[in-house]
Amino acid sequence: MRLINQKISRPAHVALAALPFVLAIIAYTVASDLRLQANPADKLLPSFASMADAFWRMAAEPDRRSGDILLWGDTAASLARLCIGVGISTGLAVVLGIPIGLIPVARSSLSSFVSTLSLIPPITVLPVLFIMVGLGELSKISLIVFGTAPVMIRTIALAVAELPKELLIKAQTLGASTWQIILRVVLPQILPRVVVAIRLGLVPAWIFLISAEAIASTEGLGYRIFLVRRYLAMDIILPYVAWITVIAVVLDRGLLMLSRKSFRWAHLGDDAEGGRL
Amino acid sequence: MTASGISVRDLSMSYDGVPILERVSIDIAFGTFCTIVGASGCGKSTFLRLLLGQERPSGGMILLDDAPIPHEPTPERGIVFQRYSIFPHLTVRENLLMAADFQGSPFLGRIFGARRRAAREAADALLEKVGLTAAADRYPAQLSGGMQQRVAIAQALTMKPKVLLMDEPFGALDPGVRADMQSLILEIWREQDMTVFMVTHDLQEAFRLGTRLIAFDKVRVDPQFPNAYGARITYDLPIDDVTEPPMDPDAGLALPDNRAEGAEIAC
Repeated sequence: MRLINQKISRPAHVALAALPFVLAIIAYTVASDLRLQANPADKLLPSFASMADAFWRMAAEPDRRSGDILLWGDTAASLARLCIGVGISTGLAVVLGIPIGLIPVARSSLSSFVSTLSLIPPITVLPVLFIMVGLGELSKISLIVFGTAPVMIRTIALAVAELPKELLIKAQTLGASTWQIILRVVLPQILPRVVVAIRLGLVPAWIFLISAEAIASTEGLGYRIFLVRRYLAMDIILPYVAWITVIAVVLDRGLLMLSRKSFRWAHLGDDAEGGRL
Repeated sequence: MTASGISVRDLSMSYDGVPILERVSIDIAFGTFCTIVGASGCGKSTFLRLLLGQERPSGGMILLDDAPIPHEPTPERGIVFQRYSIFPHLTVRENLLMAADFQGSPFLGRIFGARRRAAREAADALLEKVGLTAAADRYPAQLSGGMQQRVAIAQALTMKPKVLLMDEPFGALDPGVRADMQSLILEIWREQDMTVFMVTHDLQEAFRLGTRLIAFDKVRVDPQFPNAYGARITYDLPIDDVTEPPMDPDAGLALPDNRAEGAEIAC
């Protein structure tokens, strides 16, 4: 049978999906063991036990200097920045993306501008932000917005423009005004695409969050990683990276589940078999 | 000059300098079931889009009850497309409530309470007429093609349009389902007071349903430059017996010999 015609059963799918993770963990363990055998004080590839120790220290024991539990403080600070930033971007994407995709005068006046904005490398704006709004929260959140909003606006505008013309005409023959079309036809139909835009926007949002925190911050996941880098504290850095990944995965899957639950009509055609992209 | 009905005067349409329709003139009395046939690309759908107001003609005008039609879709002209006619994010019943929502609530686009209950009853009555009571709470993606077109027709009727336009509404349906749908649309047309324009590829269907059949074709063809001329109405047949198609429908509409083969390519 040709490979493209194989059907993967559910248990086989789970096993195959787990395989690369297991292989990566085994490879790391072996490499770490080899290095620690040669030099027990090696800091580069710490054992899982020492990483668990360090992570526990960060997650459960108060910091000796400040008395705070660092992991939770860092996580709360980073998540707040991320959520506010991506939230503002999402609002902009809906408020600007729908008119750009639907209304000719908005498209003419805004679409080139937004396209140009989206091509400015966001990280080059960071010094400008630092100078203009200072080193506080505003500059970090602004960077996330600047880095994600233009692309999200374009994604939504494109989704609106791709709606079948027939539906917009049908709504007009049923007596709908432009506003009613936006509210009852366009907005509900692109909400699943808004969720997709958020999921895709979170990827660059993390990059800009960590970058901004690395450069100027006093707490946050990115700040911590770059702080302990000075001591080669891989036993903290690696669990932190894993922790960030876990949060990112939970956010992504959570949004997907929210979409499936809230917009059942949009997922009726989804292929349930063989995993999801 | 009809007192009531549709009057098309010298209508022409071209896209990027390529003429599609050339000086089409026709008067259609109110209550006519007008079927429109023609080879692919001969302007049938363009004619329908112009009637709908979706596009602005390059020349000429269309009068509805002696007033020029607005150049955008309005509630007095309903439409049923071959696909994408109904809203995928709404259940069947919600699809039929949209017209009442739009009329009753300019800002929220949604009516509530007693008005919604009244609209619901009207919608359910329509659903019963088209035989979809059991599917009222399902989404379009869960319906077969024939059921979706039933919803589309019922939805178009919620506005009680003077004119119902249909662009190959049954083109994607199985033959058996298509026959059911033809009976349904005839029944609806007889009950509701309206003019119907229906574009179809199927001559048999055109003869069976229509009280008047018009055919679009190119009158002039330049073999060196097939796009030089647009299409016009080449046949305009009143059909007396609406239920029985003639013995050989194709014979009545055969193209002149010299163009019979070239027509499809020309258009």
